[in-house]
Amino acid sequence: MEQTVHPKEEGDRSRYAHIQGWGADLDHSNRPGYPMERMPARLPHPPQHEPEQQPVDVTVFHSIERPRITPVFGTSVPPSGCSGRLRAWAFKYSENNIFHWLLLLFADRINMMEGIGDDLRSGHVPNVLGEMGIKAELKHNPVGFARKVAVTSAVVGVACFLIARRKRRA
Amino acid sequence: MLAMNYRGPYRVRVQQKAEPSIEHPNDAIVRVTRACICGSDLHLYHGLVPDTRIGSTFGHEFTGIVEEIGPSVQNLKVGDHVLVPFNIFCGACYFCRRELYSNCHNTNAEATAVGGIYGYSHTAGGYDGGQAEYVRVPMADVGPTVIPADLDPDDAVLLTDAFPTGYQAAEMGDIDEGDTVVIFGAGPIGIFAAKSAWLLGAGRVIVVDHVEYRLQFVQTYAQCEVVNFKDVRDMAVHIKKMTDGLGADVCIDCVGCEAVGNVMQSITGRYLKLQAGAATVLHWCINSVRKGGVVSIVGVYGPTFNAIPIGNAVNKGLTLRMNQASVKRHLPRLIEHIQAGRIDPKQIITHRVPLEEAADAYHLFSSKLDNCIKTVLIPPTASRLQVEV
Repeated sequence: MEQTVHPKEEGDRSRYAHIQGWGADLDHSNRPGYPMERMPARLPHPPQHEPEQQPVDVTVFHSIERPRITPVFGTSVPPSGCSGRLRAWAFKYSENNIFHWLLLLFADRINMMEGIGDDLRSGHVPNVLGEMGIKAELKHNPVGFARKVAVTSAVVGVACFLIARRKRRA
Repeated sequence: MLAMNYRGPYRVRVQQKAEPSIEHPNDAIVRVTRACICGSDLHLYHGLVPDTRIGSTFGHEFTGIVEEIGPSVQNLKVGDHVLVPFNIFCGACYFCRRELYSNCHNTNAEATAVGGIYGYSHTAGGYDGGQAEYVRVPMADVGPTVIPADLDPDDAVLLTDAFPTGYQAAEMGDIDEGDTVVIFGAGPIGIFAAKSAWLLGAGRVIVVDHVEYRLQFVQTYAQCEVVNFKDVRDMAVHIKKMTDGLGADVCIDCVGCEAVGNVMQSITGRYLKLQAGAATVLHWCINSVRKGGVVSIVGVYGPTFNAIPIGNAVNKGLTLRMNQASVKRHLPRLIEHIQAGRIDPKQIITHRVPLEEAADAYHLFSSKLDNCIKTVLIPPTASRLQVEV
């Protein structure tokens, strides 16, 4: 049943007695994020200076909204291939420009095709259904899986029928 | 080593990958003992985050044992069991000096709007994540925290993101005694936001979702009221009716860009990508909160733009607060809460899965099968360690 009484009007703390820890951080001074910007920082071992520069051994793009690469950066999966060239193009635009993000998303889709090509070139045929978690689907959602198969089969069947009919007419 | 490997939208597998090495003098190499799948990992998994490259390893919620340290590391030693905040931060830049660790300016070359995050695309720095046997941990002197002896490792891994993010979501609501707090989303972050709202002195806590098993869980775990939005015709009207016509004091978005509940938002945001995800929950927050109230946002949105009723926010005089959690600043207090028995985070873990089965675990979590709330991946090296112990 919906309540309509505003709890602030009651002010009786006993009504929260069943809630473990209620109000433990009611006092703002107990709140670790208060105030939002807090100086000096309460790190156990605050560094005395900015980090030294990590050696740049791979291609790492940096936003044109900053003057140079950061002192610390990730080196996972350096850009390569067609998607890499698209990403390089994207980084000619700032984060303020939607073209930057659309190019990166487009590069991601190209990169997916490159990934399949890389798999096949290395003699590995990707187990796409396995990668999509087919075992979990069959175990925990067999009815849903059957429904998806039926709907997909119906859509593909209708599409094939329409294509075949168009060919016959032509 | 074995590592989770992203192959494209809805496709991941686990395969061999080169072990990480020390690349910066303040790096450490950590042998992973636990790695969670986070709700925000699903945005990567669904191909929504720009610059998510094929071959990347996800995972920004992990604990592990220090295997190797760089020459300048002074505050960690080999063998320490650490929890690693999802933020990669330097501790020395303009923002870190103000405890805004999630906004560090020195760890993400590719973007300025967000700091470095483990395993969260090149838009968040291009670091590999912890869903692997080993992981590179930069800025090892400032990021990792040694797990206290009396802290359960399952609680520790939830302190790397989920609990601090839920707590910060509530904290940004600036909750006063007796406030009515509405939390959208009954996933792990929403669950912890609900528990945290009580810690901050809320008078009513209402959680909104459409997944019935999650609503049942949060109702019991966080002793809150729940609303299934499928039973509601208009969310703002419903919240107003529940709050004497005023609206909630605080509304919290713990859902982000993959919200359901509004067909037009889903079509334009999730399917056509005409905006950076569906802004359904942002609408609900702005229109359900009272005049002069606070909207707190920790749900993840893309970097482009969303259509939101900013005019209503102006006319109502709202305060909008949002950020990624700065995990490190919250840890001491949140560890105190766990040790005092005020909260038991590990109760939300529903699935413990070998790392090798990551593809099934992602699908399970993404499709909300088997009443999944939180999944922890256990690498084979960690499993062997537990057997030996």
